[in-house]
Amino acid sequence: MSASERLAEGFPDLSRLPVAAQLHWRRWLTAALILVVLAAIGRAFANGQIEWSYVGRFLTVPVILKGISNTMIMAVLAMALGIFLGVVIAVMRLSSNPVLKTVAAGYTWLFRGTPLILQLLLWFNIALVFPTIGIPGIWSGRAVDIMTPFLSALLGLGINQGAYTSEVMRAGILSVDAGQYEAAQAIGMGRLQALRRIIFPQAMRVVTPPLSNEFIGMVKATSLASVIQYPEVLHSAENIYYANSRVIELLIVAGLWYLLVVSILTPLQMLLERRFSRGTLPSVR
Amino acid sequence: MSKPLVAIRSVSKNFGEFQALKQVSLDVHAGEVLCLIGASGSGKTTLLRCVNQLTPADSGGVWLDGELQGVREQNGRLHRLSERQVAKQRLKTGMVFQRFNLFPHKTALDNIVEGPVQVQGRPRKEVIAEAMELLRRVGLAEKADNYPSQLSGGQQQRVAIARALAMKPMLMLFDEPTSALDPELVGEVLAVMKELAKSGMTMMVVTHELGFAREVADRVVYMDHGVIVESGSAADVLGSPREARTQAFLSAVIR
Repeated sequence: MSASERLAEGFPDLSRLPVAAQLHWRRWLTAALILVVLAAIGRAFANGQIEWSYVGRFLTVPVILKGISNTMIMAVLAMALGIFLGVVIAVMRLSSNPVLKTVAAGYTWLFRGTPLILQLLLWFNIALVFPTIGIPGIWSGRAVDIMTPFLSALLGLGINQGAYTSEVMRAGILSVDAGQYEAAQAIGMGRLQALRRIIFPQAMRVVTPPLSNEFIGMVKATSLASVIQYPEVLHSAENIYYANSRVIELLIVAGLWYLLVVSILTPLQMLLERRFSRGTLPSVR
Repeated sequence: MSKPLVAIRSVSKNFGEFQALKQVSLDVHAGEVLCLIGASGSGKTTLLRCVNQLTPADSGGVWLDGELQGVREQNGRLHRLSERQVAKQRLKTGMVFQRFNLFPHKTALDNIVEGPVQVQGRPRKEVIAEAMELLRRVGLAEKADNYPSQLSGGQQQRVAIARALAMKPMLMLFDEPTSALDPELVGEVLAVMKELAKSGMTMMVVTHELGFAREVADRVVYMDHGVIVESGSAADVLGSPREARTQAFLSAVIR
C-alpha cells in the first residue's frame, strides 16, 4: 500500500487518544467478601479447642523430624522403584513380543485394580503364605524377619506406582514422532539404543508434569504405610497423640510438614521441565 | 559390465490389500545418481525403504555391496536377520527423510555426532572435527550450536544430510528431500545434493524436482502402481518418454 493512497473520509485518527483506566469494582467487591469469610474461619479456629502452643512445640520434636525424614526416604525410594518398573513395563507393553505384552498388561491390571492399602497389608503379612523365603539351596530366611515394615512399604508402594508410571511412560513414548525412531534406525541404532538416546529424552518433556504429580501423590501415599507400622510422619504423630491426646494439634503438625514438602517440590518440577524442554522452546531465529 | 552396488531383484511388498511393489528389479552402480519419479502411491518411497530395510520386502532380494540385506538364505529358505544384524547392515547407507527427522533435543552438531560416537564408537573429538567440516560443506558451520527448532526447513534438511554423511555411507537414500520445504528453500538443499553428486556419491533420490533430475541424474526411473514403467537417461525419460503412462505423468507435472 502506498503512502499517497487516498483514504475515505469519516474515520478520524484515534491513535493519539489515551486509554482510560478501568475501575474493576467487581474485583474489589469479591476480594472483600472473601476476606470476610476467611476472617470468620480464622476466628472460629482461634476460638476452637486447639492448643496452638502444642502445634509449635511438636512441629520440630525429634520423633516428628525422624518421621518426615522417613516419609521422604520412602517416597524417593518407592518412586525410583516405580519409575524403573514403569519404564520396563512400558517398553514391554510396546514390544512386538506377545508374551511380554501380555505380562505387562497383566501387571498393570493387577496392581492398578486393587487398593494400595490392601497391597501393603498383603506384603506385610506375606509370612502367612510363605513362612520362609529365599533362593533354594543358596539362601533363605524367615519371612517375618525379612518383611520389615520398611521393605513391605517399599515393595507395596513401588510396585503399585510402577503400574501407574508405566502408563505415563507409554504415553510419553507414543508422543514422540515415529520419524524419530526411523531416523535413529537409519544411523544404525537398535531398538533399545534408540529408546535410550533418542526416544526417552524427548518423552521426558511430556512425562515430567504427570510424573511430578505422581510423586506428590507418592509423598502423601506413604502415610498409608502407617498401618503396617512404618514410622513415617503420620505414624509418629499418631504415636504422640496416643500418649498425650492432642489429636488435632498433631494432625496439624503432620499436615504442615506435608504442605512444606509439596511446596518445595513444585519449583523443583519447574526446573526439571526447563531441563527437558531443550530445543523446543521458541526462540529467535 | 561391472557388478552393481545395489541389486534389487523381484522385490514385492504389500500393505494389507494394497500392492506397493510388484516384482521390482533394478541395478544401481557405484557413483551413479538415480532419480525415482512417479505419482504418490507408485511405490518409489517403498522401494527406497526396502534398500535399507526400514520396510522389509515380503519377497525378493536386495543386495548392497554384494551382501543380501535383511535376510539370509539357508537350505532353500530365507531367514530374517536379527535386529542387531540389520542395524549393522544399515551402516552402509545414509538416509534423508522428507520431514528431516532431526533429533529436536540435540544441537545441529550433536545430531551429526550422535551416530559416529554412539553407534560406531569412534572418539568424540575426532568426530566433532569431522562434523564441523561437514557443517561447513553444507554451509552451516555457524549454526553448529543451534537446535533444529531454531533452523529453517532448508537448514534442517542440510543438517540431516550432514548427519547421514557422518556415518560415511557408500549409498545415500533421499526420500522426497524437498517436498516439505517452502519453495524459496528448495534451492539450497538441491545445491548441497548436486555438490554431493559431483563428489561421486552413489545416490537414490525419490523426487518431484524434475529440474534436478534432468540436471543431476545419470538415470531416471519412472514408477507407477508398484512397477518400473520406464528407465533410462534423464534426457530420454524426461525429454522423449516412450511409454504412454510416463508421457501422461510428465504432462500432468510440467505445467
